[in-house]
Amino acid sequence: MAILVVAEHDNAHLRGATLNTITAAQRLGGEVHVLVAGAGVGGAAQAAAQVAGVAKVLSADGAALAEGLAENVAAQVLALAQGYSHILFPATAYGKNVAPRVAAKLDVAQISDIVGIESADTFERPIYAGNAIATVQSADATKVITVRTTAFDAAAATGGSAPVESVPAVADSGKSSFVGREVAKSDRPELTAAKAVVSGGRGMGSAENFKLLEPLADKLGAAMGASRAAVDAGYAPNDWQVGQTGKIVAPQLYVAVGISGAIQHLAGMKDSKVIVAINKDAEAPIFGVADYGLVADLFTAVPELTKAL
Amino acid sequence: MKVLVPVKRVVDYNVKVRVKSDQTGVDIANVKMSMNPFDEIAVEEATRLKEKGVATEIVAVSCGVAQCQETLRTAMAIGADRAILVETQEELQPLAVAKLLKALADKEQPQLVILGKQAIDDDANQTGQMLAALLDWPQATFASKVELGDGKATVTREVDGGLETVSLTLPAIVTTDLRLNEPRYVTLPNIMKAKKKPLETVKPEDLGVDVTPRLKTLKVSEPPARQAGVKVADVAELVDKLKNEAKVV
Repeated sequence: MAILVVAEHDNAHLRGATLNTITAAQRLGGEVHVLVAGAGVGGAAQAAAQVAGVAKVLSADGAALAEGLAENVAAQVLALAQGYSHILFPATAYGKNVAPRVAAKLDVAQISDIVGIESADTFERPIYAGNAIATVQSADATKVITVRTTAFDAAAATGGSAPVESVPAVADSGKSSFVGREVAKSDRPELTAAKAVVSGGRGMGSAENFKLLEPLADKLGAAMGASRAAVDAGYAPNDWQVGQTGKIVAPQLYVAVGISGAIQHLAGMKDSKVIVAINKDAEAPIFGVADYGLVADLFTAVPELTKAL
Repeated sequence: MKVLVPVKRVVDYNVKVRVKSDQTGVDIANVKMSMNPFDEIAVEEATRLKEKGVATEIVAVSCGVAQCQETLRTAMAIGADRAILVETQEELQPLAVAKLLKALADKEQPQLVILGKQAIDDDANQTGQMLAALLDWPQATFASKVELGDGKATVTREVDGGLETVSLTLPAIVTTDLRLNEPRYVTLPNIMKAKKKPLETVKPEDLGVDVTPRLKTLKVSEPPARQAGVKVADVAELVDKLKNEAKVV
């Protein structure tokens, strides 16, 4: 049976998380179809058709799908669900919002945030903030899955030439409507897709002091992140939060500045390739996972590091 | 307006759980249990809605073992008026909980169900959305602001890269994110008062719900450990290591 990947996109382009989800789908064995549901989705559908390993793209184009409302997107997926053994979403704010609605309507369990695939019905997923990995087996006819994108490589964005098939778009549920969106404007790379991340913790002391990290992030071409403690203290915006309940990141380089290393934070970054920790407390748990630890006052070490790079 | 607030009893967020040596699960014997932090935010939000005169009654619900009564007492100490425990020894997975909550929502007819976006034990992030689907209600997940009026809920959501606002026709489901509010400290007089508030116990069978788990846990293992690296003496050594050893800059 075929496997359906529900694409995350902005109508013109696919979001990176979709490519990682396609890789997970390819590991299940079966034709991979990609659903692009939105309004004016020509660009995103064409992009999906070019992804290596995609057999077919389903394009659902309609006004009700324009803003990705969960009620409508779930209805669209359900309209197509028959005939698919697996339905995969990226485990992003978008995928997490829609997938459980689909699973509940199909009366199947959802397998959230998979990090490994043992077979077509057996998956590994983190529990307790990643302090344990559960291997779970599903006996349900359809497996509804969200994929932790950092656990799977991105599929090649080019090399494929799948046909794009138009499918009828669902009507609006009439129960929810989109009011507006405030997207944080930034020239920096997106946090979950960045090659490098510079994160600050409570040790930064203030929102003002957080600016100290910007030149370092500029030098490294890094995204900015923060611990929950820093977000709770109002030093950094919520969408910078890295951890169990925030973003999960796995960049080539993760620089943790003034972060003690609570388990909830480690859950969000411990799969990074190289971890650097700068903290004045030599006993901070962050040093237990850091490849390179520097016990120093961040207010002198960060400018010095920025200058030396 | 009646508000239903489902709450889950979980291992306290400060406890570092250990995987059992036979890999059947994590060891939760004798560890501190608390209300799931996101659910606490939900109870606080419902309580604020009542204090503003928007909500008239808050019903807290929990599903699980008898000790969930403690979690419900905490919810009533924060501000819930009464509580319902769906008591069972069976392992409850999100789909089963959503079905139990649907049965209770059908009976109680709330205008709003507000609950945590995810529980910090299984990290599933499913129950609210599943309940919304089963009830055919609209949903707003990951809420950082909730306003009610004219039969609608206007909810600001924390999404990747920023904020999104949606308007829902009531009845509706809201799941909470961290910044929605900061739950109050529970005071002793309120703990005493909570002991006198009504707590009803029902069984899944009474609600006609089959809670048999759908996912079988084959094993629970330790995550691959990350080896601690080295401490560097100064910034110069750090830069040298990053350039020549790790080759990441």
